[in-house]
Amino acid sequence: MSTVLEVKNIEKYYGNKSNLTKAIDNVSFKVEQGEFVGIMGASGSGKTTLLNCISTIDRVTAGQIVINGQDITRLKGNNLNKFRREELGFIFQDFNLLDTLTCFENIALALTIQKVKPREIQNRVKNVAEKLGITEILKKYPYQISGGQKQRVASARAIVTDPKLILADEPTGALDSKAARQLLESFESLNQKMNATILMVTHDAFTASYADRIIFIKDGKIFNELIKGNSSRKQFFEKIIEVQTLLGGDLNDVI
Amino acid sequence: MLFKLSFRNMKKSFKDYAIYFLTLVLGVAIFYMFNSLDSQQAMLQVSESQKQIITLMIDMLGVVSIFVAVVLGLLIVYANNFLINRRKKEFGIYMTLGMGKRQISKIILLETILVGILSLIAGIVIGVFASQFMSILVGKMFEADMSSFRFVFSQDACIKTCICFAVVYVAVMIFNTFTISRYKLINLLTAIKKNEEVKIKNPVISILIFIIAVAVLSYAYWIVTGGINKLNSMDKLIWPILMGIGSTIAIFWSLSGFVLRLIQAKKSTYLKSTNMFVLRQLNNKINTTVISMSVICLMLFMTISVLSASLSLNDKVQKELVRLTPIDLNLYKDANLPESYKTYSGKTAKYSETRREDSKITVEETLINNGFDMNLLKDVVNIPIYAIEEMKWKDFFGDIFPEVKQEFPRLNYETKEEIIKVSDYNKIAQLYGIKQFELQDNEYIVLCDFQNMVTLRERVLQEGNILTIAGTRYVPKYDQCQDGFIDMSASSINTGILLVPDSCNLGQEQIGKYFMAANYNVNTENEKKEIEKIFAEESSSLLQNFKKNDIEIDGVTKITIIESSKGLTASIVFIAIYLGIVFLIASSAILALKQLTESSDNKQRYLILRKIGCDEKMINKALFRQIGIVFMLPLVLAIIHSIFGIQFALSTMTAITSTDELIPSIIATVCIMGAVYGLYFLATYLGSKNIIKEEV
Repeated sequence: MSTVLEVKNIEKYYGNKSNLTKAIDNVSFKVEQGEFVGIMGASGSGKTTLLNCISTIDRVTAGQIVINGQDITRLKGNNLNKFRREELGFIFQDFNLLDTLTCFENIALALTIQKVKPREIQNRVKNVAEKLGITEILKKYPYQISGGQKQRVASARAIVTDPKLILADEPTGALDSKAARQLLESFESLNQKMNATILMVTHDAFTASYADRIIFIKDGKIFNELIKGNSSRKQFFEKIIEVQTLLGGDLNDVI
Repeated sequence: MLFKLSFRNMKKSFKDYAIYFLTLVLGVAIFYMFNSLDSQQAMLQVSESQKQIITLMIDMLGVVSIFVAVVLGLLIVYANNFLINRRKKEFGIYMTLGMGKRQISKIILLETILVGILSLIAGIVIGVFASQFMSILVGKMFEADMSSFRFVFSQDACIKTCICFAVVYVAVMIFNTFTISRYKLINLLTAIKKNEEVKIKNPVISILIFIIAVAVLSYAYWIVTGGINKLNSMDKLIWPILMGIGSTIAIFWSLSGFVLRLIQAKKSTYLKSTNMFVLRQLNNKINTTVISMSVICLMLFMTISVLSASLSLNDKVQKELVRLTPIDLNLYKDANLPESYKTYSGKTAKYSETRREDSKITVEETLINNGFDMNLLKDVVNIPIYAIEEMKWKDFFGDIFPEVKQEFPRLNYETKEEIIKVSDYNKIAQLYGIKQFELQDNEYIVLCDFQNMVTLRERVLQEGNILTIAGTRYVPKYDQCQDGFIDMSASSINTGILLVPDSCNLGQEQIGKYFMAANYNVNTENEKKEIEKIFAEESSSLLQNFKKNDIEIDGVTKITIIESSKGLTASIVFIAIYLGIVFLIASSAILALKQLTESSDNKQRYLILRKIGCDEKMINKALFRQIGIVFMLPLVLAIIHSIFGIQFALSTMTAITSTDELIPSIIATVCIMGAVYGLYFLATYLGSKNIIKEEV
């Protein structure tokens, strides 16, 4: 197994000399090919900043981020865009589907901006749609389908480009529990059947329990790491809750 | 403090203000330019008779200016409304900070005043310089002496502009205060995110409607060009106009769906880069902007046709003038006056004895009797024009008269036909340098160049209409009217002259009018103007004598015809250009603001594009194409409309025009349009680019 993502001693500062905030403080970890990794932390813990840095939306102050052997902290301008387009797939909390396009077109758009040949586009979209069970709704517009379906279309858009790494930012944040479960099950199958590498940020223990490994972040530092191993999801979920308690009760309720 | 805030606001949202500012400055500049016409150098150089026309034009411009001020005022209110909407959130924040609505109104008031003053200054400065260029154009049109260039600043126009726009700004302020007072805080803070539901049209219906609309439009085009002969009255014109408007709306309504369908079928284009996105954007957008795009298209159409038609009209009139005014002077007077006549009020009045005596002699004799020195004239030709009771218009039409009368009830069929003996006419024709005719003893010819009358008269000529004049029967030599005239005029308005052989039994008693044509016996233009004064100025001894002896002689001179005609066409051209440019500014500004409003709505969509990995170049390209197409579509359709519209306009303006004559005016039109429209397009693109770059 090869390493898809390697984060080496990254730091991210905000502000100026007189008022310095360390959003990320010396964080290092690795994600292997085919892994499903969760990142947990309270709001303000730095998890979104971390994701933004990995997704090349934000720049680190120090350290290196190596994705598929390429140091992305050195990329600039168009190369950066090209890298983001071709190597990464994104899933957002609020779906970010274009309301003017049908589901098919939303998925296809990710390919057309990569200048993939039109004939190939149709086949690839069809394949992905089958795997995520959204073939029937491909002709519909986003406003005609449910939230869960929207997120699956968004997932299809993220995966259709065959990215090295899929970054998901609170993917279940806007879904009810049933839709969330369906989505996470499709993540699982993407991960297992297509060997997709997924890095998911969440603060929800249930969502996190679908991952193979969870990295906990507190105040910009890695606080703990949990590996599912051979334990069942229920056991894993309980472990997560324990760590959360250790972190200071339910993350959301801490003042 | 408030001042500082407003000033900073303006600096910050400068790009948002760009369109607003552009509209204001252009509006002020145009307003100044046209209102300063009277004090421009060209106007100070023109002759006396042109001054009258110019006064008329200035009066007309004054009236039009009120209309223009209203249009610009509404436009400014609209543009301002857009700005206020853009800043709802900002006002919301002020209000959460505890600022009252009154204070917010004050901020906006200050901003309006600031923008107003700046735009007034900028507009007037631009207007002053631009009017110098216009002065050259004016000079060319009125043929004034422009050799000594002088810089002109019109204080009147400046004051008028300031007052007009001050009123507009006050209206804007009142409107703003009113808008602000209606705002609720919650709506202000949540104003940003509002995604309207996308309405999707049935593509089959779109295609159907599109095809029908194109067919209807083509038919309307055909009516005004190919089928123009059937279009013999103005009320029939309403149909092609209605068809044009209807199909324009229908085309915009269905076009995007139609094109979308077309391109969707061609996968290699549809699934390429951001094509899909741009098309869908347009499709979505056009759904919501059908009416405004149609209005803009029709406004552009008006602008293009009015501008180019009036410019080429001017060109054409000048050429007609040269042909129709071959000599310096035409004089005529009524002959054989009866003892009494009926006045318009129905009373019976008597002609004086001297007047009746005078009506028995030629114009030349009258001139000599009243002390005119005939040496001042050369090439003098005197001819009698006969008119008889038995030959009125209704007699000419003979059998088909009832039919003709039904079709054109307003013509005066009691008018006596003007009859001229062919050798008399040939004397005039020789002097004018136009075609001369020959007649057999039993033939007659109709000379007529006024298009409507030509059609009518030819109807009977083709039947071989036999006329009985003074007891003799005559057959037409030609089954068509011939070109020819004796009265000089600015355009072809000869409604008909009957040429009869010299043998025709018409004598002294049947003379209806004495006619005289002559040239001034001098060479230079200035000397001619001196002689002209004898006939034109009331104080001249000749006219005084006429008055004393109760003699009436009518006449036209080349100089008056040319000057008044040039003045008139120039006035029309000016007003057309004025209105055209104002329409253009109004429609481009509305289009631009519409686009900007949508760009703020589309911010979210472009953000998504950015998030899924589109680089700035791709996004800008998509935006450029999106706005470009929205600007192009109404223009393209308007240009197609105009091609047919101008053809129609020209074909109704009687004489034949070759397309070559149109080219310079079309180029001029395109340049003006291109500059204004392009400026707005650029401002829109830059403004939109700025908007979609903002954080949501």
